[in-house]
Amino acid sequence: MLGFIIRRLLLFIPLLFVVSIVSFVIIQLPPGDFLTSYIMQLKATGTDVSQETIQSLVKVYGLDQPMYIQYISWIKNIILRGDFGRSFQWNKPVKEVIGERIALTVVISLLTICFTWIIAVPIGIYSATHQYTLFDYFFTFLGFIGISIPGFLLALIILWIAHTHGYNVTGLFSQEFIESPWSIAKIIDMLKHIWVPIIIIGLSGTAGLIRVMRATLLDELRKQYVITARAKGVPERKLLFKYPVRLAISPLISTIGWMLPGIISGETLVSIVLSLQTTGPVLLRATMLQDMYLAGSFVLILSALTLTGTLISDILLAWVDPRIRYGGLGE
Amino acid sequence: MKSFDKKFEKIRRYEEEEKFYLASQWQLIWWKFKKHRPAVTGAIVLGILYILAIFCSFFSPYLATDIFDEYLSAPPQIIRIYSRDNGFQRPFVYGIKKERDPITLRLRYPLDFTKKYTIKFFVKGKPYKFLGLFPTDIHLFGINDGNVFLFGTDDMGRDIFSRVLYGSRISLSIGLVGVFISFLLGLIIGGVSGYLGGAVDNFIQRTIDFLISIPTLPLWMALAAALPRDWTIIKTYFAITIILSLVGWCGLARVVRGKLLSLREEDFTIAARLAGASEWRIITRHLLPSFASYLIVSITLSVPNMILGETALSFLGLGMQEPAVSWGVLLQGAQNLTVVAQQPWRILPCTFVIIAVLAFNFLGDGLRDAADPYAR
Repeated sequence: MLGFIIRRLLLFIPLLFVVSIVSFVIIQLPPGDFLTSYIMQLKATGTDVSQETIQSLVKVYGLDQPMYIQYISWIKNIILRGDFGRSFQWNKPVKEVIGERIALTVVISLLTICFTWIIAVPIGIYSATHQYTLFDYFFTFLGFIGISIPGFLLALIILWIAHTHGYNVTGLFSQEFIESPWSIAKIIDMLKHIWVPIIIIGLSGTAGLIRVMRATLLDELRKQYVITARAKGVPERKLLFKYPVRLAISPLISTIGWMLPGIISGETLVSIVLSLQTTGPVLLRATMLQDMYLAGSFVLILSALTLTGTLISDILLAWVDPRIRYGGLGE
Repeated sequence: MKSFDKKFEKIRRYEEEEKFYLASQWQLIWWKFKKHRPAVTGAIVLGILYILAIFCSFFSPYLATDIFDEYLSAPPQIIRIYSRDNGFQRPFVYGIKKERDPITLRLRYPLDFTKKYTIKFFVKGKPYKFLGLFPTDIHLFGINDGNVFLFGTDDMGRDIFSRVLYGSRISLSIGLVGVFISFLLGLIIGGVSGYLGGAVDNFIQRTIDFLISIPTLPLWMALAAALPRDWTIIKTYFAITIILSLVGWCGLARVVRGKLLSLREEDFTIAARLAGASEWRIITRHLLPSFASYLIVSITLSVPNMILGETALSFLGLGMQEPAVSWGVLLQGAQNLTVVAQQPWRILPCTFVIIAVLAFNFLGDGLRDAADPYAR
C-alpha cells in the first residue's frame, strides 16, 4: 500500500510541473506583457507613470530576464512565499483576491460530490433491483435530461422560475453578510443559499453516477455468489447489502476523479450566472480584462486542486480495493 | 395442413437466420439501429435542425441584422388558431401596441386585439441570397404589413427567432468542425500510441491522463481570453474550434489506441501479416474498418460537448462576438437577473441548445448499442 502511494505521489509531481507550465504559458499568451497593460491601466485612470517607475517595475517582475528565468522566479515566489503575482485589475496581490473564493469553490465542489452520492446511490440501487419498472424508466429518462442540460442553462431557467415566484437565488450570502467576517450566523446564512448551486451543478454528475451504479450493480447481481446465497436462503435485503452493493460502490470512488474536473468547470459557469462569491465571476472578469496573472493563477490552482482530488480518490480506491494496489484491475 | 404450416414457419425462420448470417456488418448495425426508437428520433430531429441551419435565410421571417426600432424588447407573439369573435380559423397573431408604463416608465407591448394578422406562407420579405448564391426575397412564412416575432425581440429590436435560426449555422457547424479536428488529432495520436507502444505510448497516455484531469472551462476561458478582440469572425471561429479541440481529441485517441491494441492480436490480423500484407494495408484494410463503428459512436457523443463549449464561451462573452450570431451570443444578453426577470424570452434560444444536445446524446446512445451488432 505504501509503495502504491509513493508511486502515485511520484507521478503527481511531474503533473503539477506540467500544470504550472501551462499556466505560465497562459500568462504569457496575450500580445504585449502584463506590465504594458498595467501601465496603460494606470494611465487610463489618470495616474502618471514616470520612466523610473517603469524601470523599477521591470526589475521587480524580472521582465528583462529570459523566459525560463522568469518562469523559475515565478514558480519560486509561489512555492516559497505563496506570491502568485499581482492583479492589475484589483491592484492587489493575486493571493488576496482569490484566497477566500477558492476556499468557497472547494466547499461547493465537495458538497456537490456528497450530494451526487447521496442521491445517486439509492436511486441506482433501486433502478437495478427494480429493472424495467416504471420508476427505472423514469430515472433513466431523467438521467438523459440531466446529462443533456448544461448547468448554466439550468441555472438561467431556475433563475427565471424563482423570480416569477418572488424568490432570489443569486449569491451565496444575504446582503448583510457579504462583507461581514466569518461567524456562525454567516455560515448558517450560507447553508441557506448554497443548496441551489449544489443541485444545479450536481445534476449532470448525479445522472451519470446513477447509470454507473445501476450497471455495476446489475452485473454483480447476476453473479454466481448471489444465486448461491439466495439458494441457501439468505434474506433478500441482507443478500443485497452485504456484498453486491458494497462491490458496486467501490468503482464509484474512482468517479470522483473524472467528476471533479466537470464539477469545477460547472461551478465556474454556474457561479457566474448566479453571481456566487466564488472563483467564476472573478475569473471571468480577469479573462475579459486580460488580467493574466489572475487568470493564470486560477488555472494553476484549480487544476492543481483537481489533480489532488484525483490523487486522493486513487489512493482511497486502492485502500478499499486491494486488487488495484497490486495492479490487477484497470490495466 | 397444420404440419405444413409448421414446416413453412420453420423455413421462414431459417431464411431469417440465413439473412442474419449473410448480412454485412453495416447492414446488421443498420437493422439494430432502426429498432432503437429514441436514436431514430434523435437522427430525425438533427436532420431537421441542420436543414433549418443550412436554409436559415429561407425559414426565418427576417434577416439576422433586421432592426425594428419600433419594437425594442418586445415579448413573443403566440400563434393562435382560435379567436373569440371568429372561432377557429387559419393561424394568426394579434398585433402589439406600444405604450409606456405610467409608474416605471418602461416600454410595454400589450396585445392589440383589434388587429389580426394571418400567417402567410412563401411571402415576399427582405431580399437575401439563397445559400449565398441566388438572390431572392421569398421567406417560408411571414405576414403582410405587420410583424411576427415568435421568440420576441432583443433590446436592439431584432427578431430573436430569426437570429436563433441564423445562429444555428455557427453553433451546429462548430460541433462538426471541432469534432473533425479532434478526430484527426485523435486518430493520428491514438494510432501512433497504440501502434508504436513502449515509451511513446506511455508518454501519450500520461498526456491524455493529464488533459482529462484538469478542469476544461477555466482553461478554455483563459485561452479564449488571449485571442485578440479585433479578429474577423472566421478567424475567431477557427480559433475557438481549435481551443475546444485541444481537449476533445483525448477521448477519441483512447478509443483508437484501445481498439488498435486489442485488434493487433486478433487472428485475422496475424493471418494478414503471415500472408505478407504490408503494415499500411493491415491498418487501412483490416484494422480501420473493424473499429470504424466505435469511432462513429464516440464522434457522435463528443459533438454535444463541442456545441456546449462554444455556447458557454460565447455566453460568457469570450467566444464568438457580435456581429457574429450563435446560440451562445444570443444567450449572452440574458446573463444577469434583471434581463431574465424582465425579458424571460431572452432565454428561449437555450431550447434549441437543449434539443440539439439531447438529440445527439440519444443518437450516440443508439449507435453505441448498434455498433456491436454481434452482441445479441
